[in-house]
Amino acid sequence: MSKGIVISPDKCTGCRTCELTCSFVKNDNFNPKDAAISVLFFDEVGLQVPMTCLQCDDAHCVKVCPVSALTKDENTGVVNYDSEKCIGCKMCVSACPFGNMTYSSRLKKVVKCDVCGGDPQCVKMCPSGALEYKELDSSLERRKNIASQFKEAFEEVAK
Amino acid sequence: MYGWTGKIIRVDLTNKSIKVEDLNMEYAKMYLGGRGLGSKYLCEEVDPKIDPLSPENKLIFMTGPLTGTYAACAGRFNVVAKAPLTGTIGAANSGGHFGPELKFAGYDGIIFEGKSDTPVYLHIYDDLIELKSAEHLWGKDVFETTDTLLKENEEDARVACIGPAGEKQVLFAAIMNDKDRAAGRSGLGAVMGSKNLKAVVVKGTKGINVADKSKFINSTIDARNKIKDNPVTGPGGGLPTYGTEVLVNILNEVHGLPTRNWQDSHFEHGDLISGEYMTENYLVRNKACFACSIGCGRVIKIPDGKYKGIVAGPEYEAGWSYGASCGVKDLNAIDKANHVCNLLGMDPITMGSTIACAMELYEKGYITKEDLGGKELKFGDADSIIEWTELTGYREGFGDIMALGSYRMAEKYGHPELSMSVKKQEMPAYDGRVLQGMGLEYATSNRGGCHVRGYLTSPEILGIPEKLDPFVTDEKASWLKTFQDLTAVVDSAGICLFTTFGIGLLEISEMLRTATGIDLTDEEILQAGERIWNLEKLFNLEAGFTKADDKLPDRLLKEPMPSGPAKGLVTQLDTMLKEYYQIRGWDEEGVPTDEKLKILAIE
Repeated sequence: MSKGIVISPDKCTGCRTCELTCSFVKNDNFNPKDAAISVLFFDEVGLQVPMTCLQCDDAHCVKVCPVSALTKDENTGVVNYDSEKCIGCKMCVSACPFGNMTYSSRLKKVVKCDVCGGDPQCVKMCPSGALEYKELDSSLERRKNIASQFKEAFEEVAK
Repeated sequence: MYGWTGKIIRVDLTNKSIKVEDLNMEYAKMYLGGRGLGSKYLCEEVDPKIDPLSPENKLIFMTGPLTGTYAACAGRFNVVAKAPLTGTIGAANSGGHFGPELKFAGYDGIIFEGKSDTPVYLHIYDDLIELKSAEHLWGKDVFETTDTLLKENEEDARVACIGPAGEKQVLFAAIMNDKDRAAGRSGLGAVMGSKNLKAVVVKGTKGINVADKSKFINSTIDARNKIKDNPVTGPGGGLPTYGTEVLVNILNEVHGLPTRNWQDSHFEHGDLISGEYMTENYLVRNKACFACSIGCGRVIKIPDGKYKGIVAGPEYEAGWSYGASCGVKDLNAIDKANHVCNLLGMDPITMGSTIACAMELYEKGYITKEDLGGKELKFGDADSIIEWTELTGYREGFGDIMALGSYRMAEKYGHPELSMSVKKQEMPAYDGRVLQGMGLEYATSNRGGCHVRGYLTSPEILGIPEKLDPFVTDEKASWLKTFQDLTAVVDSAGICLFTTFGIGLLEISEMLRTATGIDLTDEEILQAGERIWNLEKLFNLEAGFTKADDKLPDRLLKEPMPSGPAKGLVTQLDTMLKEYYQIRGWDEEGVPTDEKLKILAIE
């Protein structure tokens, strides 16, 4: 079992409270550029999408890090970051297929989501419910939601 | 520095020189930020008698100490200048993401002086500040301008700009930011156009620090919780569920929804332009401004037909001006007209109201088909609201006259009394005969007809913080003074006025204190609001305004309410105004007394 941050873009209002919360929790000031989460806007379709580290199982960032500053915790599933070990080579920034690893030239370090040690503050503060922290094994809930849209079709089939 | 960044940018457009200077902290402590601080700089540096569209006017962008922080709905900034539509002090407030980005770049505000000889825009990326040519952008609409500037500069920058309406100095042109948010009223876009300033592009990577981190976070969480628990602003509440358009049915029910240029007060098709109707049929998603937990903004989709597209839904007052006031029941046409205002950069309240006024002038035969270039202009015609909005934005044909706003237009044809405006700015969406307090609010607002300087609709209709009888004048003056002073604080702090459904002076003061570290009591903070109000008033007095300008259109004073629960009422302005001046500590002519100015420490 492992938990993760689950994103529902359909609920996101684009207020960027998650960015503010993250930067404040991690760096003690309000600066979305130093947040490990950011909201992307797709105005042409009226969509806002929060993006943050997906804590990949086969994480490229972990593989490329030459000093083992990034490590995968097999129990929690979180890719942890050790700023003491980090040499600032930015290999992980290049390696992340989602662009979710960012480097802060102000902090001289990588900005990386560690789910706040299991109590992600961005999730807590999100006013719209677009961010949730939950068990990833069971996707039944979402499957149910989608399936319910086809309920009538299923009823036809079941006849 | 905490809360504030402590720096402002001063741009001399005439000589193309740019300076970064320290924020005057004496001003900041007394006028907070945003609207108050911008007004203080304007009053110190600009003669109130100048022509607003001359190079002598200054255009001031100012954020508040809470802008860009985690404070509730802290995405706001203000633009201040002498206003071309009214000739009063002009201040317009906008949300979106531009204001916070300016703070992240390290600046509380920007003061633009003089006039550039060619079109330019200002580009800011932290310490890099440069004027660049905007020749290639001149004539482009707001969306195209924004897209082009993001492509040319940083793709994650934020843009505030004018559209063709601002360039052509339409007297109610808006300054648009993040495409569809507007510093809408007063015509500040025309001031920007008069300076040949097309846009401001900003990207910032610096953070904002607050003085007492844990107390600040506690105060903001407290404020956010109260906003969440409020029936208007909380989840499932009126604003998040239906947007500001939720007010259509509420005002229509009490016959307070001005219809056909305020000739009626109840729109028979109100339900078709309501927030409920829009939500059910067109809503894609809520869209919030920066740091906002309410999310009243609408993204709507018109699925088919000639108005097809995905656009920002109109606010209540814009939906009303094009809808009820023009007698138009086609919400798709209203949405489209509102979108054209966003594209061309205009205030939809004044635009829709000016079309409504022209419709009445046409109905009564005061303007003719010839005046309109062979076109008709009738109440209820959906296509015409879009067509005349476009013609006005580009100042073509009769649109060139509409570009002056309803007062100057109606005056030109001999009937200024048909302009539903105060100090030449159009009143929005709430009939002052039903809502007596709103009537007083319109008459005394320092920027002319306006609903967001002391929103007495809140107690008179919504019952927040307590229910007042809208039909009576009792106590309205004192309520209005408190609301006006508190609103000045809100606009100056950098947060959204809608927070005040859920929070009040105590919560706002606590956020201000813990963010800035400034040792001010609640009373002193409210007094700063009163100081701001009096300073704005002094500007207007010096600009030549008198008690005679604190008035309402005859329709509200002499034509009794035609229908509804307030049938037969007029706005009893004289009674309330006299009491209002007294409560403000002003003399019978509405001039602040020396004693009052001394208490407020205004020189």
